[in-house]
Amino acid sequence: MRVTVLGAGVAGLTAALELARRGAAVTVLERGDRLGALACSWSAGGMLAPWCERESADEAVVRGGETALRWWPEAVDGVTRAGTLVVAPARDHAELARFARRTREFETVDGDAIAALEPDLAGRFRSGLFFPREAHLDPRAALAGLAARLIALGGELRYGVEASPEEADGDAVVDARGFAARAAFDDLRGVRGEMLVVRTGEIAFARPVRLLHPRIPFYVVPRGDGVFMLGATMIESAERRGPVVRSVADLLNAAFALHPAFGEAEILETRADVRPAFPDNLPRVESRGRVTYVNGLYRHGFLLSPACARAVADAVLGHEGSGHEADRERRRA
Amino acid sequence: MLNFYGVELGSRLLLGTAQYPSPAVLADAARASGTDILTVSLRRESGRLREGQDFWGLIADLDVKVLPNTAGCHSVKEAVTTAEMAREVFGTSWIKLEVIGDADTLQPDVFGLVEAARILCADGFEVFPYTTEDLVVAERLLEAGCRVLMPWGAPIGTGLGLNNIYGLRSLRAHFPETPLVVDAGIGKPSHAAAAMELGYDAVLLNTAVAKAGDPVAMASAFARAIEAGRAAYLADPIEPRDMAAPSTPVFGRASLA
Repeated sequence: MRVTVLGAGVAGLTAALELARRGAAVTVLERGDRLGALACSWSAGGMLAPWCERESADEAVVRGGETALRWWPEAVDGVTRAGTLVVAPARDHAELARFARRTREFETVDGDAIAALEPDLAGRFRSGLFFPREAHLDPRAALAGLAARLIALGGELRYGVEASPEEADGDAVVDARGFAARAAFDDLRGVRGEMLVVRTGEIAFARPVRLLHPRIPFYVVPRGDGVFMLGATMIESAERRGPVVRSVADLLNAAFALHPAFGEAEILETRADVRPAFPDNLPRVESRGRVTYVNGLYRHGFLLSPACARAVADAVLGHEGSGHEADRERRRA
Repeated sequence: MLNFYGVELGSRLLLGTAQYPSPAVLADAARASGTDILTVSLRRESGRLREGQDFWGLIADLDVKVLPNTAGCHSVKEAVTTAEMAREVFGTSWIKLEVIGDADTLQPDVFGLVEAARILCADGFEVFPYTTEDLVVAERLLEAGCRVLMPWGAPIGTGLGLNNIYGLRSLRAHFPETPLVVDAGIGKPSHAAAAMELGYDAVLLNTAVAKAGDPVAMASAFARAIEAGRAAYLADPIEPRDMAAPSTPVFGRASLA
């Protein structure tokens, strides 16, 4: 079966790989001129943190997240399973209590345990939560990894091609264009996010660290070589201009509160993009004729795309279309 | 019946729209609360206007009155500009006026507030000022043209309840005819009920519902607490007293003291 996938963001590439693994001949069409040029996945944090996300997300995010924790290490290199550390400034201690009540799969850690996990945070926080089963990846490397895997399986990836689902070739079409496909839905909205990338040799983290704050959900994801991604704002708007001063100030203040050495970090990049979201902030996979739509991954692109990719492949190829896991099960049996 | 600037309202709960897990939960919570008024923040929730219209559309679908606010504005000019944009976008002259004096505690800059209220009232706005419980500031706001006052219970988002009952009570006593709304600091339905028992006309809250484990159930709990508090106020509660006053006669009983 020939399948055309529209969009080379994380939703499109995971679906493309899943389809190719199940034997489909896949072509991905991306309107950007290179990987990530127009994809909001390029701005993602890359945290595979289903239990932390449960603080504000539906239980479905945990189920999808558990799929992601198994799917990603099989698909790409560079998935780090080192958990997530959640801390709060002393005066926002109530936020930590609330976070603990709303989540699970964590250990309560004291100052010494925090120092053992992240030596650079020694003496800075007296209590926190450690989610040992969570993982993280570098979204840009992961997208490149997906693209490489797809091509190795005989798939094709073409840049600079803008196509509508109606006119695209193929026996089946997967529309994974994110917010660019908003005309296909009457309830898809944009949620703006702003992020920064900084570099400092003075701090090293082994895992994503979240700093709880009553107003800004702030996290730092280590990218290696002293590079850190700081994110991310959540604004009900599809506005595409660059990050605004207030947001950048909030993120930098939070970074500074986490560790003052961020004050001397070099700002490498600031970026803003728009996350596609449905009213319940959960993704949808839905087929209309030969077109299967996958959209609304909101702030959970890397966390929920594997589960969506499986649903897309099931929809396109049929449940009997030999999911690779099903194949393996059969081989084992 | 509750009346703000000539508009009669069935519900005495005003609900904010920030920080919900999703717009779908917000919609369910708003319905469960029975609210007639949702406040929306132009600046903090939605960046610039046109691009935020999907979110506004979701709120418009709820068929309630929208009270835009100037949350996040730190100067008179910013607040006035935001109010003007809000009037254009929502087609309402209502504005919940916030001029923030301290970025950390988000407490109102009452000097800027009075100044902005004066400008906006003169320009035809119907202003709902977010203020402290200070009597003199309240007096100045009324003088500026405000016909509703919204004193805080406690700083925004703290959930501490009514920090200064004495201040809130004397505000009520001084302005018996002005609609008074406790805005900010409410954490639990009992806080809202307490405000209503003081004779406040309504309660405005956001975080206590939005960040509850089950926002929809909490919205409904608040609706009932506010109704109970209002009914209690109208029912003329007894005065507290120092000594027990048994409700059944003790005459003729043996005293074991």
